Amino acid sequence: MDGTGGEALFQPEGMTREACAMAAMIEVHDLVKEFGTFKAVDRISFSVGEGTIRAFLGPNGAGKTTTIKILTTVLAPTSGRIKVAGYDPVRERTAVRRAFGIVFQDPSLDEELTAYENMQLHGVLYGVPRKELRERMEALISFVGLWERRNDYVKQFSGGMKRRLEIARAFLHQPRLLFLDEPTLGLDPQTRSHIWQFVRGLSREHQVTVFFTTHAMEEAERVADDITVIDRGRIVAEGTAASLKDQTGTGTLEDAFIAVTGRDIREDEAGPVDRMRMMRRAWRGR
Amino acid sequence: MRAVWILWLRQIKRYSRSRSRMIGSLGQPVLFLFALGYGFGPIYARAGGGNYLEFVAPGIMAMGIIFNAVFGGIEIIWDRQFGFLKETLVAPVPRLAIVLGRTLGGATTAMLQGVIVLVICLIAGFHIHHPLLAPLALLFMFLIALVFSAIGTAIGSVLKDMQGFQLIMNFLVMPLFFFSNALFPVSGLPAALRIAVRLNPLSYGVAGMRDALVGRASLDMATDLAVLGALAIVLLGVSSFLFSRIEV
Repeated sequence: MDGTGGEALFQPEGMTREACAMAAMIEVHDLVKEFGTFKAVDRISFSVGEGTIRAFLGPNGAGKTTTIKILTTVLAPTSGRIKVAGYDPVRERTAVRRAFGIVFQDPSLDEELTAYENMQLHGVLYGVPRKELRERMEALISFVGLWERRNDYVKQFSGGMKRRLEIARAFLHQPRLLFLDEPTLGLDPQTRSHIWQFVRGLSREHQVTVFFTTHAMEEAERVADDITVIDRGRIVAEGTAASLKDQTGTGTLEDAFIAVTGRDIREDEAGPVDRMRMMRRAWRGR
Repeated sequence: MRAVWILWLRQIKRYSRSRSRMIGSLGQPVLFLFALGYGFGPIYARAGGGNYLEFVAPGIMAMGIIFNAVFGGIEIIWDRQFGFLKETLVAPVPRLAIVLGRTLGGATTAMLQGVIVLVICLIAGFHIHHPLLAPLALLFMFLIALVFSAIGTAIGSVLKDMQGFQLIMNFLVMPLFFFSNALFPVSGLPAALRIAVRLNPLSYGVAGMRDALVGRASLDMATDLAVLGALAIVLLGVSSFLFSRIEV
């Protein structure tokens, strides 16, 4: 995507021509995900260029996490064409899995293991060579400030410490692509800025592509090269923070966001139980 | 291979760190051992069965094993709820490797639990007749553990929460335990019950253990081994198929 990005705004149907021309790390074309009759993702298309940082914004329940789950192979799409790091997440799962690292929205550590053991388990699962693994673990655990606590059980950690460990873990196998689903939720400003600085550095120096979601607009504005806004399963705006503000005639990204997504307060994203209820309702309606 | 190993190690670590679970799950077999072993002993001897404690001890060991093995498999549900499952689901390793690591780990801990029950049985007056055959008994313990661990993994892959746990225990694990040769000899049973016992995979494990610990080496043991081994392979296949269909 280009720097000016004006024409990218309000393009729910397709992606910008510039984005198509670039080497894309993520390509999504007409992606649909239905749960029963509920369309969580409704024909979205976008692409993320290699080495760029993309913020994926949207109100609760807009379809952000569902999209990330599909891109990361843990959920099968209903229809659509997707390429992640050049591979198809449905048919070439292992190749896709090898290419990305992820920080999930909710916790994903083994609380009965120590911080060090969690890292080690990850490194082994991703086939990091033994010697490198030790060095990288040491560097990353120190980076997130947990070296002193490395032999403590994760269940004794605070929410912020767990988050930091998960972030360190996502970098451990040196992925070319990073998915960060609200990675800074519950972190203090110091840690947030520390981590974003690191993410930006990685992206600049090693051409790591970053795809992240957040509700903190200033984070999106400061960190992301481009922003994609999704609402009710459809992409409602795309472009740089500046272009989004221009197009909506607003002064802040927060106002621009509200201008494109409306003021309604949304329900949270549906969990499995909600989906089941929804399915049951649809069934009864027949 | 390293993936299988590290997931195996995880199960071992989790087991050795939760003393309360280790001790808690010994309660039931010990209770059965003393209540049944000593309680039915005199009447069993008078009926001409011989030493009931010797007869029932391998059955009680099997009990300790299967409850632990199934529970270890069902732990997937905890992993799902605490979120760790996602970490393994996005890892670039075959689902079979994940299932193998978990199941072998669960089977190893269940077997250890069986060995602890064996030690308790020895203290309670149980005798190993042929120490040379004892390793064979361990093999049977491991195969029982593997079969039931795979069953647990299959169930854990399908269930979303712990609500169904009681159902599994009462309608699958308990019947498999009671309708086997663990507590009573097969000879002289009503036909229907005899068939049920014969079809029950646990019976082959218990028979094998019994032969190895207090009986004699026989051709039956080879049959027992073959049945359990084949079943373990089939069930590992089934559980890795069901595991691969998990979406979070």
